[in-house]
Amino acid sequence: MSIDKETVKKIASLSRIAITEAEADAFVPELNQILGWVEQLGEVDCSKVEPMAAVIPNKLRLREDVVTDGEIRDKILANAPMAEHGFFAVPKVIE
Amino acid sequence: MTAIFELGIADIRSGIVDGDFTAKEVAETFIARVSAARPLNAFLVETPEHALAAAEATDKAKAAGETLGKMAGVPIGMKDLFCTQGVATTAASLILEGFVPQYESTVSANLFQAGAGMLGKLNMDQFAMGSSNETSAFGNVISPWRRNDGGNSDLTPGGSSGGSATVVSGRIAPAATGTDTGGSIRQPAAFTGITGFKPTYGRCSRWGTIAFASSLDQAGPMAHDVRDCAIMLGAMAGFDAKDSTSLNLPVPDWEAALSSNLAGKKIGIPKEYRVENMPAEIDALWQKGIEMLKDAGATIVDVSLPHTKYALPAYYIIAPAEASSNLSRYDGVRYGLRDLPDGAGLQDMYAATREAGFGPEVKRRIMIGTYVLSAGYYDAYYTQAQKVRTLISQDFDKAWNSCDLLLTPTAPSAAFGLGEKMDDPLAMYLNDVFTVPSSLAGLPAISVPGGLDGKGLPLGLQIIGKALDEQSVFNAGLAIEERAGFFAKPEQWW
Repeated sequence: MSIDKETVKKIASLSRIAITEAEADAFVPELNQILGWVEQLGEVDCSKVEPMAAVIPNKLRLREDVVTDGEIRDKILANAPMAEHGFFAVPKVIE
Repeated sequence: MTAIFELGIADIRSGIVDGDFTAKEVAETFIARVSAARPLNAFLVETPEHALAAAEATDKAKAAGETLGKMAGVPIGMKDLFCTQGVATTAASLILEGFVPQYESTVSANLFQAGAGMLGKLNMDQFAMGSSNETSAFGNVISPWRRNDGGNSDLTPGGSSGGSATVVSGRIAPAATGTDTGGSIRQPAAFTGITGFKPTYGRCSRWGTIAFASSLDQAGPMAHDVRDCAIMLGAMAGFDAKDSTSLNLPVPDWEAALSSNLAGKKIGIPKEYRVENMPAEIDALWQKGIEMLKDAGATIVDVSLPHTKYALPAYYIIAPAEASSNLSRYDGVRYGLRDLPDGAGLQDMYAATREAGFGPEVKRRIMIGTYVLSAGYYDAYYTQAQKVRTLISQDFDKAWNSCDLLLTPTAPSAAFGLGEKMDDPLAMYLNDVFTVPSSLAGLPAISVPGGLDGKGLPLGLQIIGKALDEQSVFNAGLAIEERAGFFAKPEQWW
């Protein structure tokens, strides 16, 4: 399957990346080249194969249901581009 | 006496213990090397005060007669993928410019606990996406190596751990951390004539390491030789409850059990790694590797890993898919860059921030990942790739029926010139053809220098082992190291 410019714009939108018309044009051949190349995986008969879930067999651990962390609000906000009143601040959202 | 800057981890440690020099002298020596090496652009941040403080603690501990840690008095370089408390960490991306972690990654914390100091944060491919260190937002890292043809063209140190490779090979730091998702420790190690080790997936905690592809990312050491890698990995590895895929197993004393006697070991030579257009020099090096392992007592057997050719395309679905998910956290809200155009709403802010903050290769991979995970394509691409990954892993399992280790070249060529491959993403991806399969299977692997090519550039040999059998990988690496007689070093021109 081949990707056109509209599809590139759709993927960019899903990726939350604002791209220019010129960038969209450049992505069309690039993504087609890469996706055309990975499509060779379709040759492999995987009808009896399970998808990989973990490379090294390992049980997902459970931990005690207790509070082990917290009271670090200022640390969490320390790198925020904008923080107000102990919260992350974002542009006004009105739908 | 050998100059301090020529020494690796083991020699620095014993020199301090024996009183030949102090940890402070070691730190000061390397801090001066770091300042003098700025033309190589290997460091994003220099932290001489950190190295000096750790040295002082080591000297004090020694004076008090305390037992010194495994890495006591060794000032290392830290790849900028590791979050370091109070020290700017960007993964070489504009989107994290100004980010100062409020916590310490487990791997860096373990190294500091073992007595290591930090010389600074090392440049790398942006978010570890790249094989030549040319995707950094802060400029290329230049390899200390040059071709012997009289030309002065700048070469790549490889990637993504390019800063790490440059500082270790240039004797600017005695050792450095790396991370390996598809070959990012082994390929740069091969390109710069040093030793690099990727452990079994889960040996080193991923906590506090900026995520690229979580099912593949593993930290490991880059150092002068096999022994130094064994020491350093011993200090980095260990169970960590904060990483759900961390292996809850004891860390063996790899250094103590090093032995280059390979009697009884069977080494497999996978025929599928004899790729088309393989340079004759790489093939010759591989043959030389076979002879060296035979000489160490090993038996050589031919093996087949039939799905090898599908490893790279599977990797370039799985890694971008995981990356697109992991990198969704960079939204201009909680840390790093925010680009808020006049009158923009929240969605516009996300898109503008990510447009301004991510480099072209990162965008390319996020876009591919988003596409292969999108409705209607998920099964055709992502599920199929994960099934192929199962087959690749089974190939290795079958090979272990007839051998204990595999020997392959590390990379399909020697280091190339900066700018030579940037226009063709696919050609760049092919650099990792020999390293990606073992990454997909989570297996331990090492790159050791095997010799020089006709232009005087290093070439590496790779040993791949069974899951959790780091020891055999180290031992076979040591057998090659002892026989290869690789003592070449780049001449200091910077």
